[in-house]
Amino acid sequence: MADCNETLQDLERFLDSELATGKLENLTAHLEGCVDCQQTFEFHAELRQIVRQAVHHEPLPESLVDRIKECFGTDLTDESDTQ
Amino acid sequence: MADRTEFTTEAMQFAPSLYTTALRMTRNSADAQDLVQETYLKAYRSYATFDQGTNLRAWMFRILTNTFINNYRAKQRRPQESELKDVENLYLYHRLPQLAQMSSSAEDQLMDMFAESEVRQALENLPESFLLPVLLSDVEQFSYKEIAEILEIPLGTVMSRLHRGRKALQEALYEYAMSRHLVSQQTLTDAQQSLKSSTN
Repeated sequence: MADCNETLQDLERFLDSELATGKLENLTAHLEGCVDCQQTFEFHAELRQIVRQAVHHEPLPESLVDRIKECFGTDLTDESDTQ
Repeated sequence: MADRTEFTTEAMQFAPSLYTTALRMTRNSADAQDLVQETYLKAYRSYATFDQGTNLRAWMFRILTNTFINNYRAKQRRPQESELKDVENLYLYHRLPQLAQMSSSAEDQLMDMFAESEVRQALENLPESFLLPVLLSDVEQFSYKEIAEILEIPLGTVMSRLHRGRKALQEALYEYAMSRHLVSQQTLTDAQQSLKSSTN
Protein backbone atom coordinates (compact mmCIF):
# COMPACT_ATOMS: atom_id res chain seq x y z
CA MET A 1 0.00 0.00 0.00
CA ALA A 2 1.25 3.49 -0.83
CA ASP A 3 2.28 5.90 1.93
CA CYS A 4 1.14 9.54 2.23
CA ASN A 5 4.08 10.90 0.25
CA GLU A 6 3.60 8.54 -2.67
CA THR A 7 -0.13 9.15 -2.58
CA LEU A 8 0.23 12.92 -2.73
CA GLN A 9 2.72 12.61 -5.57
CA ASP A 10 0.06 10.83 -7.59
CA LEU A 11 -2.66 13.37 -6.75
CA GLU A 12 -2.57 15.21 -10.08
CA ARG A 13 -2.36 12.08 -12.20
CA PHE A 14 -5.28 10.67 -10.26
CA LEU A 15 -7.41 13.77 -10.84
CA ASP A 16 -6.36 13.70 -14.50
CA SER A 17 -7.47 10.04 -14.79
CA GLU A 18 -3.94 9.15 -15.87
CA LEU A 19 -2.97 6.63 -13.18
CA ALA A 20 -2.14 3.09 -14.26
CA THR A 21 -4.48 0.45 -12.80
CA GLY A 22 -1.93 -1.01 -10.37
CA LYS A 23 -1.06 2.40 -8.95
CA LEU A 24 -4.71 3.33 -8.78
CA GLU A 25 -5.43 0.30 -6.59
CA ASN A 26 -2.56 1.16 -4.24
CA LEU A 27 -3.72 4.73 -4.00
CA THR A 28 -7.36 3.86 -3.38
CA ALA A 29 -6.28 1.44 -0.64
CA HIS A 30 -4.30 4.19 1.07
CA LEU A 31 -7.07 6.77 0.72
CA GLU A 32 -9.59 4.46 2.37
CA GLY A 33 -7.57 4.48 5.56
CA CYS A 34 -6.13 8.01 5.57
CA VAL A 35 -8.39 10.94 6.38
CA ASP A 36 -5.63 13.52 5.81
CA CYS A 37 -5.01 12.37 2.25
CA GLN A 38 -8.74 12.06 1.63
CA GLN A 39 -9.22 15.71 2.61
CA THR A 40 -6.33 16.81 0.41
CA PHE A 41 -7.77 14.94 -2.57
CA GLU A 42 -11.26 16.29 -1.98
CA PHE A 43 -9.95 19.83 -1.79
CA HIS A 44 -8.12 19.53 -5.10
CA ALA A 45 -11.00 17.78 -6.82
CA GLU A 46 -13.21 20.64 -5.69
CA LEU A 47 -10.71 23.21 -6.90
CA ARG A 48 -10.65 21.51 -10.29
CA GLN A 49 -14.43 21.74 -10.37
CA ILE A 50 -14.26 25.45 -9.59
CA VAL A 51 -11.89 26.06 -12.50
CA ARG A 52 -14.08 24.03 -14.84
CA GLN A 53 -17.22 25.87 -13.81
CA ALA A 54 -15.58 29.28 -14.16
CA VAL A 55 -14.74 28.48 -17.77
CA HIS A 56 -18.11 27.08 -18.79
CA HIS A 57 -18.87 27.16 -22.47
CA GLU A 58 -19.92 30.61 -23.56
CA PRO A 59 -22.85 30.90 -25.95
CA LEU A 60 -21.65 31.17 -29.54
CA PRO A 61 -22.31 34.56 -31.09
CA GLU A 62 -24.79 34.17 -33.99
CA SER A 63 -22.47 36.07 -36.29
CA LEU A 64 -19.67 33.56 -35.60
CA VAL A 65 -21.91 30.65 -36.55
CA ASP A 66 -22.56 32.39 -39.88
CA ARG A 67 -18.86 33.09 -40.37
CA ILE A 68 -17.98 29.44 -39.77
CA LYS A 69 -20.63 28.33 -42.26
CA GLU A 70 -19.17 30.74 -44.81
CA CYS A 71 -15.84 28.89 -44.46
CA PHE A 72 -17.53 25.71 -45.61
CA GLY A 73 -18.49 27.23 -48.93
CA THR A 74 -15.06 28.71 -49.48
CA ASP A 75 -13.02 28.38 -52.64
CA LEU A 76 -10.63 25.49 -52.25
CA THR A 77 -8.20 26.55 -54.95
CA ASP A 78 -5.98 28.25 -52.41
CA GLU A 79 -4.66 25.10 -50.79
CA SER A 80 -1.39 26.72 -49.81
CA ASP A 81 -2.98 28.46 -46.85
CA THR A 82 -3.29 25.39 -44.68
CA GLN A 83 -2.02 24.55 -41.22
CA MET B 1 -9.12 11.08 -48.70
CA ALA B 2 -11.32 12.63 -46.07
CA ASP B 3 -14.69 13.89 -47.22
CA ARG B 4 -15.32 17.59 -46.70
CA THR B 5 -19.08 17.17 -46.43
CA GLU B 6 -18.47 14.94 -43.46
CA PHE B 7 -16.27 17.63 -41.96
CA THR B 8 -19.00 20.27 -42.14
CA THR B 9 -21.43 18.05 -40.27
CA GLU B 10 -18.90 16.75 -37.72
CA ALA B 11 -16.87 19.85 -36.93
CA MET B 12 -19.66 22.21 -35.92
CA GLN B 13 -20.17 20.50 -32.56
CA PHE B 14 -16.73 21.68 -31.39
CA ALA B 15 -17.45 25.36 -32.01
CA PRO B 16 -18.57 26.21 -28.43
CA SER B 17 -15.49 24.69 -26.79
CA LEU B 18 -13.13 26.13 -29.42
CA TYR B 19 -14.68 29.57 -28.94
CA THR B 20 -14.50 29.36 -25.13
CA THR B 21 -10.85 28.32 -25.28
CA ALA B 22 -10.15 31.09 -27.81
CA LEU B 23 -11.75 33.60 -25.45
CA ARG B 24 -9.44 32.62 -22.61
CA MET B 25 -6.42 32.77 -24.91
CA THR B 26 -7.16 36.10 -26.63
CA ARG B 27 -9.09 37.66 -23.72
CA ASN B 28 -11.56 39.39 -26.04
CA SER B 29 -14.54 38.31 -28.10
CA ALA B 30 -13.55 39.97 -31.38
CA ASP B 31 -10.16 38.22 -31.55
CA ALA B 32 -11.66 34.98 -30.29
CA GLN B 33 -14.23 35.02 -33.12
CA ASP B 34 -11.54 35.78 -35.72
CA LEU B 35 -9.37 33.00 -34.31
CA VAL B 36 -12.18 30.45 -34.41
CA GLN B 37 -13.16 31.43 -37.96
CA GLU B 38 -9.54 31.08 -39.08
CA THR B 39 -9.38 27.70 -37.39
CA TYR B 40 -12.42 26.45 -39.31
CA LEU B 41 -11.14 27.85 -42.57
CA LYS B 42 -7.75 26.14 -42.16
CA ALA B 43 -9.36 22.91 -41.01
CA TYR B 44 -11.76 22.91 -43.97
CA ARG B 45 -8.99 23.55 -46.44
CA SER B 46 -6.61 20.98 -45.03
CA TYR B 47 -9.21 18.36 -44.14
CA ALA B 48 -7.74 16.09 -46.81
CA THR B 49 -4.68 15.71 -44.59
CA PHE B 50 -6.75 14.71 -41.56
CA ASP B 51 -6.14 11.10 -40.69
CA GLN B 52 -9.60 9.48 -40.63
CA GLY B 53 -10.35 7.55 -37.48
CA THR B 54 -8.13 9.78 -35.36
CA ASN B 55 -9.44 12.42 -33.02
CA LEU B 56 -11.09 15.27 -34.96
CA ARG B 57 -11.62 17.35 -31.83
CA ALA B 58 -7.91 17.17 -30.90
CA TRP B 59 -7.00 18.00 -34.51
CA MET B 60 -9.19 21.12 -34.44
CA PHE B 61 -7.66 22.20 -31.13
CA ARG B 62 -4.21 21.74 -32.62
CA ILE B 63 -5.09 24.12 -35.45
CA LEU B 64 -6.61 26.55 -32.95
CA THR B 65 -3.53 26.65 -30.71
CA ASN B 66 -1.12 26.84 -33.67
CA THR B 67 -3.08 29.72 -35.16
CA PHE B 68 -3.16 31.48 -31.81
CA ILE B 69 0.59 31.08 -31.31
CA ASN B 70 1.40 32.25 -34.84
CA ASN B 71 -1.03 35.14 -35.25
CA TYR B 72 -2.37 36.33 -31.90
CA ARG B 73 0.26 35.70 -29.29
CA ALA B 74 2.19 38.88 -30.01
CA LYS B 75 -0.82 40.97 -28.90
CA GLN B 76 -0.95 39.32 -25.52
CA ARG B 77 0.92 40.59 -22.54
CA ARG B 78 1.39 37.66 -20.27
CA PRO B 79 4.08 37.10 -17.69
CA GLN B 80 6.98 34.83 -18.58
CA GLU B 81 7.47 31.59 -16.69
CA SER B 82 10.60 33.05 -15.16
CA GLU B 83 8.64 35.97 -13.68
CA LEU B 84 6.58 33.68 -11.50
CA LYS B 85 7.71 32.64 -8.10
CA ASP B 86 7.79 28.91 -7.76
CA VAL B 87 5.57 28.00 -4.83
CA GLU B 88 5.52 24.69 -3.01
CA ASN B 89 3.11 21.85 -3.63
CA LEU B 90 -0.38 22.00 -2.08
CA TYR B 91 0.08 25.76 -1.81
CA LEU B 92 -3.53 26.82 -1.53
CA TYR B 93 -4.55 23.85 0.55
CA HIS B 94 -2.09 24.77 3.26
CA ARG B 95 -2.99 28.45 3.33
CA LEU B 96 -6.66 28.84 2.68
CA PRO B 97 -7.97 27.34 5.91
CA GLN B 98 -6.09 29.86 8.06
CA LEU B 99 -7.27 32.69 5.88
CA ALA B 100 -10.90 31.68 5.83
CA GLN B 101 -10.80 30.14 9.29
CA MET B 102 -12.43 27.13 7.82
CA SER B 103 -11.57 23.50 7.77
CA SER B 104 -10.02 22.44 4.51
CA SER B 105 -12.77 19.95 3.80
CA ALA B 106 -15.56 22.52 3.91
CA GLU B 107 -16.14 22.44 0.20
CA ASP B 108 -19.03 24.81 -0.22
CA GLN B 109 -16.94 27.44 1.55
CA LEU B 110 -14.15 26.88 -0.93
CA MET B 111 -16.68 27.42 -3.71
CA ASP B 112 -17.78 30.68 -2.11
CA MET B 113 -14.23 31.95 -1.76
CA PHE B 114 -13.73 32.70 -5.43
CA ALA B 115 -15.90 34.51 -7.92
CA GLU B 116 -15.95 32.94 -11.39
CA SER B 117 -14.52 36.14 -12.80
CA GLU B 118 -11.52 35.86 -10.47
CA VAL B 119 -10.83 32.30 -11.48
CA ARG B 120 -11.04 33.26 -15.16
CA GLN B 121 -8.72 36.19 -14.59
CA ALA B 122 -6.22 34.08 -12.67
CA LEU B 123 -6.22 31.60 -15.56
CA GLU B 124 -5.92 34.21 -18.28
CA ASN B 125 -2.95 35.79 -16.56
CA LEU B 126 -0.93 32.58 -16.55
CA PRO B 127 2.10 32.47 -18.82
CA GLU B 128 0.98 31.06 -22.15
CA SER B 129 3.10 27.91 -21.78
CA PHE B 130 1.06 27.10 -18.65
CA LEU B 131 -2.31 28.45 -19.77
CA LEU B 132 -2.66 26.21 -22.82
CA PRO B 133 -1.99 22.87 -21.06
CA VAL B 134 -4.19 23.86 -18.09
CA LEU B 135 -7.11 24.85 -20.34
CA LEU B 136 -6.75 21.68 -22.41
CA SER B 137 -6.58 19.45 -19.34
CA ASP B 138 -8.68 21.02 -16.59
CA VAL B 139 -11.39 22.48 -18.81
CA GLU B 140 -11.41 20.44 -22.02
CA GLN B 141 -10.30 17.22 -20.29
CA PHE B 142 -7.89 16.09 -22.98
CA SER B 143 -5.46 13.33 -21.95
CA TYR B 144 -1.73 14.01 -21.48
CA LYS B 145 -1.07 12.23 -24.78
CA GLU B 146 -3.61 14.33 -26.65
CA ILE B 147 -2.22 17.54 -25.14
CA ALA B 148 1.30 16.48 -26.17
CA GLU B 149 0.05 16.07 -29.74
CA ILE B 150 -1.97 19.28 -29.79
CA LEU B 151 0.89 21.42 -28.44
CA GLU B 152 3.62 19.36 -30.11
CA ILE B 153 5.61 18.98 -26.89
CA PRO B 154 6.86 15.83 -25.10
CA LEU B 155 4.60 14.06 -22.60
CA GLY B 156 6.94 14.88 -19.70
CA THR B 157 6.75 18.57 -20.59
CA VAL B 158 2.94 18.39 -20.56
CA MET B 159 3.03 17.01 -17.03
CA SER B 160 5.58 19.48 -15.68
CA ARG B 161 3.77 22.45 -17.24
CA LEU B 162 0.45 21.28 -15.83
CA HIS B 163 2.02 20.89 -12.41
CA ARG B 164 3.67 24.30 -12.45
CA GLY B 165 0.68 25.97 -14.11
CA ARG B 166 -1.69 24.68 -11.47
CA LYS B 167 0.60 25.84 -8.70
CA ALA B 168 0.79 29.29 -10.31
CA LEU B 169 -3.00 29.33 -10.54
CA GLN B 170 -3.27 28.48 -6.85
CA GLU B 171 -0.85 31.24 -6.00
CA ALA B 172 -2.89 33.76 -8.00
CA LEU B 173 -6.12 32.60 -6.35
CA TYR B 174 -4.52 32.95 -2.95
CA GLU B 175 -3.55 36.52 -3.78
CA TYR B 176 -7.18 37.29 -4.69
CA ALA B 177 -8.46 35.68 -1.52
CA MET B 178 -5.95 37.54 0.58
CA SER B 179 -6.59 40.93 -0.97
CA ARG B 180 -10.33 40.47 -0.48
CA HIS B 181 -9.72 39.39 3.10
CA LEU B 182 -7.66 42.51 3.73
CA VAL B 183 -10.32 44.65 2.09
CA SER B 184 -13.07 43.18 4.23
CA GLN B 185 -10.90 43.69 7.33
CA GLN B 186 -10.51 47.33 6.33
CA THR B 187 -14.25 47.73 5.78
CA LEU B 188 -14.83 46.32 9.23
CA THR B 189 -12.32 48.69 10.79
CA ASP B 190 -13.86 51.64 8.94
CA ALA B 191 -17.34 50.64 10.08
CA GLN B 192 -16.18 50.34 13.67
CA GLN B 193 -14.51 53.73 13.50
CA SER B 194 -17.51 55.48 12.02
CA LEU B 195 -19.72 53.84 14.66
CA LYS B 196 -17.37 55.08 17.34
CA SER B 197 -17.32 58.63 16.03
CA SER B 198 -21.14 58.73 15.64
CA THR B 199 -21.62 57.62 19.25
CA ASN B 200 -19.16 60.18 20.57
